[in-house]
Amino acid sequence: MAADIGATETTHGARKVGRYVLLVFVAIVVLFPIYATLMQALKSGPDSIDHPKSLLPINLTLDTMRAAWRIGDLGRLLVNSLFVSIVVTIGVIVTSVLAAYAFAFLDFPGKGLLFAFFLATLLVPAELTVVVNQRTISSLGWINSYQGLIVPLLATTFGTFLVRQVFLTVPKDLREAAALDGVGHFRFLGEVAVPLCRPTLGALALFTFLGTWNQYLWPSAIITDDEHRTIQIGLERLKTGDVDKLNLVTAGTVIAALPIFIVLIAFQRQLVRGLTAGAVKG
Amino acid sequence: MKRRWRQFPVAIGMLAPSAIILGVFVVYPLIHSIQLGHLRCDATGTRCRDGGWIQYVDVFRSNEFQHALFNTIGLALMTVPIGLVLGIGLAVLADRHLRGIGFFRTVFSSTVATSVAVASLIFFVLLQPEVGLLPHLFHGLFPVLKDPGLLRDPNTAMPAVALSSIWASLGFTFIVITAALQGIPRELYESAFVDGAGGWTRFTNVTLPMLGPTILFTSVVLTTRAFQAYAEIALLTGGGPDPERPTQTVAYLIYGQNSLVKNDIGLKSTSAVLLFLVLLVLAFVQFRGLDKRVHYGS
Repeated sequence: MAADIGATETTHGARKVGRYVLLVFVAIVVLFPIYATLMQALKSGPDSIDHPKSLLPINLTLDTMRAAWRIGDLGRLLVNSLFVSIVVTIGVIVTSVLAAYAFAFLDFPGKGLLFAFFLATLLVPAELTVVVNQRTISSLGWINSYQGLIVPLLATTFGTFLVRQVFLTVPKDLREAAALDGVGHFRFLGEVAVPLCRPTLGALALFTFLGTWNQYLWPSAIITDDEHRTIQIGLERLKTGDVDKLNLVTAGTVIAALPIFIVLIAFQRQLVRGLTAGAVKG
Repeated sequence: MKRRWRQFPVAIGMLAPSAIILGVFVVYPLIHSIQLGHLRCDATGTRCRDGGWIQYVDVFRSNEFQHALFNTIGLALMTVPIGLVLGIGLAVLADRHLRGIGFFRTVFSSTVATSVAVASLIFFVLLQPEVGLLPHLFHGLFPVLKDPGLLRDPNTAMPAVALSSIWASLGFTFIVITAALQGIPRELYESAFVDGAGGWTRFTNVTLPMLGPTILFTSVVLTTRAFQAYAEIALLTGGGPDPERPTQTVAYLIYGQNSLVKNDIGLKSTSAVLLFLVLLVLAFVQFRGLDKRVHYGS
């Protein structure tokens, strides 16, 4: 807010108080589900359903979390999710940078056609591809495997276009001068182009990681064994018919969400950059 | 000309990894689904015969698809407008230089850290009549709403799913709109202020038009999410409660555990291609409809 307008607004002390009251109220409403979940997860069975006392931070215990960890085999699920997400993130960065370089710096026959091919994939939702991809993975013998979870996600048009946008801002002369000095494409890529788009790559990495971590439909389509289950589809195992054990589910969600909370707090700036990359200027 | 061909091998080498993955796992499924959509298979899914193009029309007009489409539209009509209004409201509310505003922004963004599965499980427990907190709260506020709980009552099951979904998307909407608000030139507000425009007039005459492209983008994303709703249905209601199945969405009709077409790769493909077409039409309509009212700032 510009200084003068801000000043005018702040002279009305009552309005400022009103805004704070509203902010606090909305913050409580938004945080309520998280807070209630955390409290239930930190209580023993009977305490977690004794409302409204369940909301108070009393009689806290880690027993429920421990039980959820053991019963749900959450360690294994987290390691699977982490492994798949990290490999996919690295893969997407590599494929995106390479493809973006070809589109931004190289001139070759068929470039327009390939560009249109990439563009067309943007329109296809995952919900359409799962039917056929399930068959492809099955015929490759990749049902219940890490390859099945990883390989189909290793390239995205979104990533390619995001990086290409940054590459296009590099003056063509720079590449030509480098070429005259005998600098090859891969050296130019590593020493000039990639360092230039480091912030964008940070956002792309964060986004790919989150997107992979949060996958639900795809893992549930090709994973049926316990060995390769990811955390998103594995949590459901805690959801038994037993009402007294529902706080195990809350404990599981807390454990599943915790790594992402930590990642997001560490990479807040990349998150905002990534989320807004698609939104700015339509 | 010579130079173009000289760069050809390098370019193809760089594009090959992406092009192969996208070709095998995105473009091929698209084309192959359209072909498979002709097929009609028996219960075991092993023997299929050609049903012809007419199968697309038949499936689209079938009661099951229409019912699922109706439910999905209902979900979108709840989540998109409410999600947008809340997102814009929170972003405008927090768009001030006040002490501690960073804390509130973090709180409002926080739901971005929950996946659909995590958010759904949080609400699943909160909404259970035997143990959940929300029924406890709702009973106090609206005594009419009694057992068997919001998720098991056919009238409230979909609104309950929408509640979870709106909450899960709130962080995303808030962050995107906050970033767009910060891009609005302050002089616009100053001149509106000088012209004597009050807070509400400034909001409708400056803020909303300048947010146009972002609102368009966000509404397309939220609509797409509603039309792809699968995890929240699988975890919250399983498409139920039976027999009305008011939360059976199109994605759940195709991929759900008790899906009618579970073993019929032909009908599954037909439905998936129809879902894709519905999404295409929707995106097109949204861009056409909103584009006229959108200001792309210079």
